Amino acid sequence: MNERMTSLFGMALGVILVNNLVLSQLLGVGPFLEGSGSTRRAARMGAAMVLVMGLTAAVCWPLNEYLLAPNGLRHLESLVFLLVAALLVEGLELLGGKLFPTRWKGGEDTLALIANCAVMGVILQNVQNGYGFGESVVYAVAGGLGFLLVICLFASLRERLEFGNCPKAFRGFPIALVTAGLMALCFSGFSNLTLFG
Amino acid sequence: MDLRKQIKEGLLTRNPAAVQLLGLCAALAVTTTLRGGLGMGLCVLMVLTLSDGIISALRLYIPAPIQRISGVLIMATLGAVGDLVVQAFFPGLTEELGLFLPLLGVICILLSRGGAFAWENPPAASLVDGVCQGVGYTLVLALVGTVRELLGRGCFGSGLLNGGRGIQIFSAQYVAGGMILPVGGFLTLACVVALVRAGAERAERPRKRKGAAKG
Repeated sequence: MNERMTSLFGMALGVILVNNLVLSQLLGVGPFLEGSGSTRRAARMGAAMVLVMGLTAAVCWPLNEYLLAPNGLRHLESLVFLLVAALLVEGLELLGGKLFPTRWKGGEDTLALIANCAVMGVILQNVQNGYGFGESVVYAVAGGLGFLLVICLFASLRERLEFGNCPKAFRGFPIALVTAGLMALCFSGFSNLTLFG
Repeated sequence: MDLRKQIKEGLLTRNPAAVQLLGLCAALAVTTTLRGGLGMGLCVLMVLTLSDGIISALRLYIPAPIQRISGVLIMATLGAVGDLVVQAFFPGLTEELGLFLPLLGVICILLSRGGAFAWENPPAASLVDGVCQGVGYTLVLALVGTVRELLGRGCFGSGLLNGGRGIQIFSAQYVAGGMILPVGGFLTLACVVALVRAGAERAERPRKRKGAAKG
């Protein structure tokens, strides 16, 4: 049991730092750039991502294990997982509107979350690597946490960029992409990280 | 239907990758070679055009509340079809695209914002829009792929030209290895985005001036 916990922890740390979704696997770069306008928005986006990823992974694992795999329907997995993610996000929207009618500001981010390379990529990786239920959920949640970490760091960097004096064509998103590239370079320093010998 | 305007929008002023910044995950991940960029772009072009056509043809029969989910369903289905077709006929490309081939449907949903154009326009205009947006996306991917392959591997068109070996421009001793890492992707894409934006601004300028003269 202890060994299992250690390996799960190692996997989680690995996907947060070493194989970070955005900076190393290049999944979810779109919401990463769009959601990082301000630190507040970035934190909201990251938290939503953790929630959606964990839930989708938890729902998709049994679907794949008990419905798709035994019946030889593995080729339908991307289709089914995408629909599950879409329905979950719509459900969360409804629920959020009911629970916090005054503070809920959904809508703008919905499509970004449904059609999201990060969510779908993580779930497809879970299936391809043959993870069990616990591993799948931990991998997805840790992937989301990695996204949250990076998007918050990036948003605070971008707030500083506003005052920079760079060439006109580079203002806005291009210089943000350069910044993201430099962040990716920094994070590649984690690639020699070894955990527990 | 304004053909010239749609072409200009797809390639420059509303270019999906460079101006609207959609589908960037694939634009960064598969563009370590020209073949990856071009292959992904062409897959997206096919799926996007077909799904725009189908959505547009069905738009009068699908009630508004379920439009969003039906768009997702149509594009995901066609994406899965595209995935299987590529797996069946292009094993080399399948290997190169890796995780991003099953994500084809997702990328198309992102690019067209769930078929936003097709839900409001007749089939012919939607088809043209799909082609223009797809070609704009393909061009950006191919350009990024060419630059990264040239600087990161020192060759051009590996997997496509010269019996699959590509044309070696300079020796592999002198390459900048970082260009095929994520860093190189971000930096190259930043330059391409800046380039396309400058082009788009130039394309917009004469019209603005005319407007100002009239006003």
